[in-house]
Amino acid sequence: MTARAERPWLRTLIVVALLIPIAFPLYWALAASLTSEAALFSDPSLWPSDPMLSHYRALFATRDFWTPVRNSLVVAGVTTLFCVTVGSLAAYALARLEFRGKALILGFILAVSMFPQISIVSPLYLLLRAMRLINTYPGLIMPYMTFAMPLTVWLLVGYFRQLPKDLEEAALVDGASRLVAFVRIIVPLAMPGLATTAILTFIYCWNEFLFALSFTLGPERQTVPVAIALFRGEYQVPWGEILAASVIATAPVAAIVLLFQRRIVQGLTSGAVKG
Amino acid sequence: MSGRADPRLTQDRRLAVAFVTPAVSVIALIAIFPLLWTVWNSLHLQDLRMPWLGRPFVGADNYVELARDPRFWSSLGHTLFFTVVTVSLELVLGFGIALAMNSAFRGRGAARATSLLPWAIPTVVAALLWRFMFDSQAGIANALLVAIGVLERPMVWFIEATTAWIPVILSDVWKTTPFVAILLLAGLQNIDRSLYEAAEVDGASAWWRLWHITIPLLKPTIFVALIFRTLDAFRVFDLLYALTGGGPGTATEPIALYTHTIILQHLRFGYGAALSVVVFVITFALALIYIRGLGLRLSGEER
Repeated sequence: MTARAERPWLRTLIVVALLIPIAFPLYWALAASLTSEAALFSDPSLWPSDPMLSHYRALFATRDFWTPVRNSLVVAGVTTLFCVTVGSLAAYALARLEFRGKALILGFILAVSMFPQISIVSPLYLLLRAMRLINTYPGLIMPYMTFAMPLTVWLLVGYFRQLPKDLEEAALVDGASRLVAFVRIIVPLAMPGLATTAILTFIYCWNEFLFALSFTLGPERQTVPVAIALFRGEYQVPWGEILAASVIATAPVAAIVLLFQRRIVQGLTSGAVKG
Repeated sequence: MSGRADPRLTQDRRLAVAFVTPAVSVIALIAIFPLLWTVWNSLHLQDLRMPWLGRPFVGADNYVELARDPRFWSSLGHTLFFTVVTVSLELVLGFGIALAMNSAFRGRGAARATSLLPWAIPTVVAALLWRFMFDSQAGIANALLVAIGVLERPMVWFIEATTAWIPVILSDVWKTTPFVAILLLAGLQNIDRSLYEAAEVDGASAWWRLWHITIPLLKPTIFVALIFRTLDAFRVFDLLYALTGGGPGTATEPIALYTHTIILQHLRFGYGAALSVVVFVITFALALIYIRGLGLRLSGEER
């Protein structure tokens, strides 16, 4: 390891060489989304010589792309909010309180988080149909909880375990109840953890495809990934608009990742590495 | 719940029940109950195109049909092929990237953020980006391969099974290798530096250190990454739906896509449930291995 550490430029070079293939497809989508369809097919160039926004305009003018964006924001937002609220209570109990069956519940939650989604599509469809919830927001939010709830609980248990116990103990000695200690001390202390959990849950919901495809019927409730996957052109694949939509679908998660990369990495790896 | 414990413990238990119940009942209601329903439904004939047939109990008929269904076996084969190829490529490449990134260098934050991007974008979007890059006319893959002389003329990638798998594998490797690398990198950073220093004083080679320090100590993390990726790859749906649609024909169709078609296009809920049960059983078997591996650490953490 030291042999290479003595030549930092070489290491930087290696890392840059590794990052180019990671970043290139994203750059290429951005560049192509700014290129006219004609230029795309005749002479694709790495640098759009004559960048134009017409694909983006067409997206909102003719395809009403606001609707899927709004749908995605509503569904992912509500699911995240609900799961973080309810999940934080459960996670606190699992991390800090003594009671029987704790390991069993943790194992249960972990097992559900590994469910293949496809294995519950058919009953959920029948259930939502019976409740007349196909093609509605609740009809997506409820299924989304199957993966979002285990995720938030699991992540938050990890965070709550890391918090120092002293402050909470002091409050309890002073006669505060557990509930008060939770609301007044744990929640403020755990804010960064709650935020990271919310970010990760939001990303997972924003990207979800199978449930959104199965439980919506038309463009009025489709989420962004479903809308993009079902784009059709009159004669050929409308690549310009697909790529413009892809850039829009990527933009919020890309912004989140660039702003919070350190926290996201901590959140993703805490369950897998520490122990 | 008896009075012999001190009052705070009793209070704790009551609060724990109150706190855990909402989350656990949500999970039970929307995940466990549907799962049991799937199992029960797989023993029935239910075809929404023929509602007049009702929903008669047919025992193991759906499973018998499944065992004779060539499309089921081929989709299972595609799924296993996809899982084995992508997971092994991702682990090997991810380990390499993690080693390269495992030291302080300028722009490390930027490097990490860049590698998170493919993981964070919707899988459908990733699939479409790769379909575009491998488009027969506008695709940059053809342009590149013709320019360097590998291909004589642009080719149509998605018309044959063998060539259709190439963008499929590449796009999955592109999307998840950086995630594996980040996971392994976190594991690498947990390894005690002094071990390397001691080995160096003893004159151990870099190769020896890799095999005798890095890999053994990284084993738990490698194992977690392996299982996470295996389970994820096995339920692949979005990627193939948007990239090949399972085609040409059904040559790249994974089991989740076949099940989805049976349920939501053919409306055969009974048979679809049987397929779902098979997917679940295989995933569950894999997950059990994971929980076993993790179980030790769970009990260790509680202390």
